[in-house]
Amino acid sequence: MPRWLSLPAALGAAFLVLPVIAIVARVDWADFGTLITSEASRQALWLSLRTSTISTLLCILLGTPMAMVLARTSFPGQGVLRSLVLLPLVLPPVVGGLALLYTFGRRGLLGEELEALGIHVAFSTAAVVMAQTFVAMPFLVVSLEGALRTAGQRYDVVAASLGAGPTTVFRRVTLPLVLPGLVSGAVLAFARSLGEFGATITFAGSLQGVTRTLPLEIYQQRETDVDAAVALSLVLVVVAVIVIGFARQGRSVL
Amino acid sequence: MRRLAPLLALLVLPLAACGDDGPDGTDETTLTVYAAASLTSTFEETADRFEAGHDGVTVKLSFGGSSDLAAQIQEGAPADVFASADTANMDKLTADGLVDGVSEFATNTLEIATPPDNPAGVSSFQDLGKAGLRLVVCAPEVPCGAATQTMAGQLGVTLAPVSEEQSVTDVLGKVTSGEADAGVVYVTDVTSAGDAVHGVAFPESDQVVNTYPIATVEGGEHAALAQEFADLVTGAAGQQILQDAGFGPP
Repeated sequence: MPRWLSLPAALGAAFLVLPVIAIVARVDWADFGTLITSEASRQALWLSLRTSTISTLLCILLGTPMAMVLARTSFPGQGVLRSLVLLPLVLPPVVGGLALLYTFGRRGLLGEELEALGIHVAFSTAAVVMAQTFVAMPFLVVSLEGALRTAGQRYDVVAASLGAGPTTVFRRVTLPLVLPGLVSGAVLAFARSLGEFGATITFAGSLQGVTRTLPLEIYQQRETDVDAAVALSLVLVVVAVIVIGFARQGRSVL
Repeated sequence: MRRLAPLLALLVLPLAACGDDGPDGTDETTLTVYAAASLTSTFEETADRFEAGHDGVTVKLSFGGSSDLAAQIQEGAPADVFASADTANMDKLTADGLVDGVSEFATNTLEIATPPDNPAGVSSFQDLGKAGLRLVVCAPEVPCGAATQTMAGQLGVTLAPVSEEQSVTDVLGKVTSGEADAGVVYVTDVTSAGDAVHGVAFPESDQVVNTYPIATVEGGEHAALAQEFADLVTGAAGQQILQDAGFGPP
């Protein structure tokens, strides 16, 4: 590596790390415990963890087959399909929220059908999960598709030639080989779900215990109680660091 | 390293150019006005009128939640004028000695907004307490939510909203999209939304009134000009613009 690269690298690192230090420096430690254990804070944290876990599971269930289709098959229009599936990566989350509203909302594309079935999505915890899954799924698909392409198909071919059926190959050979990719994709999806704000506030609204996740609670608190907002922000940072650390640990074991 | 220098200069130049383009050399003066989001259309009109009467002056408008704007001014934002949607946020800045010459210039009251076809048949504030109604209100932390809460308390109506939004525009959005059966917003929001919503005025609305104060910001570069802008808002021309948008007199 050319030595001069370390200067912009240090600048970049400082740019990313300084704001985190600034948050820590701003925390009101004397009241920290009280601030993060208030009823509203605990409900928001619990709601965030619950919905993010469900969203991550949905991402795995629906995203893994999608990654397989994108990595292991080829058909006309596949490139376009891939771009469309990855769109939420680059779409502003608020736009994603509006899109969900126009699909599943009362006056949306599927609104009448859902209403007829007695399903009310808007303003429910289910809407939070949908918003999170929408923005997080591409992260899982991208990282798993990459892992599938890197792993290649040699072992799959060998297993098949030894008489294993496609499902057995997928379950016993393909998935174990790409497990690190799947784990890191799931962790990214979880982290993205945990931080989801724009799509949630647009599509699900904001009500304590039902739809007000931790980022929404922070956004609300910063209007009136900056200390509480800062304390909760630190909680979110810590949870994110734990998740990333856990994932690294998991990957090195695998 | 030497070949990097022009690159670094390129990176830094635009940053330097972002600096204050104040009265140095050019005759262009920029007056920065921070105003509550509910003042958006009226202040845009007022600013146009101000620019027309002041050659070489550009009015830069920044709209947001009053508490957000107040917080930004406390952190040293370069505002010349501040117009708040409630007295509480202005009082905060007065207490910190950050504003000067506070005067009240408008009032706003609550109104119910429903989708154009009013699917739940809301006709009074009391109707908002009905079970099964999908009601959206502002969170109690923001001025419109505080007003809604006070109103419900005075009328003895128990509200069970499906969502407590962060700003009055978020409430309006949930109503115009048809997701909510009703939302509590300001009279002026119903006026500006036009055909997108149906307004349900209620006789008790004058019991809870939000007062809008305006002031010049201490330490601003253009104190005299800032005062002229505030005078325009409180004067006859400014008052007419506000009145047309549905605001009440101070």
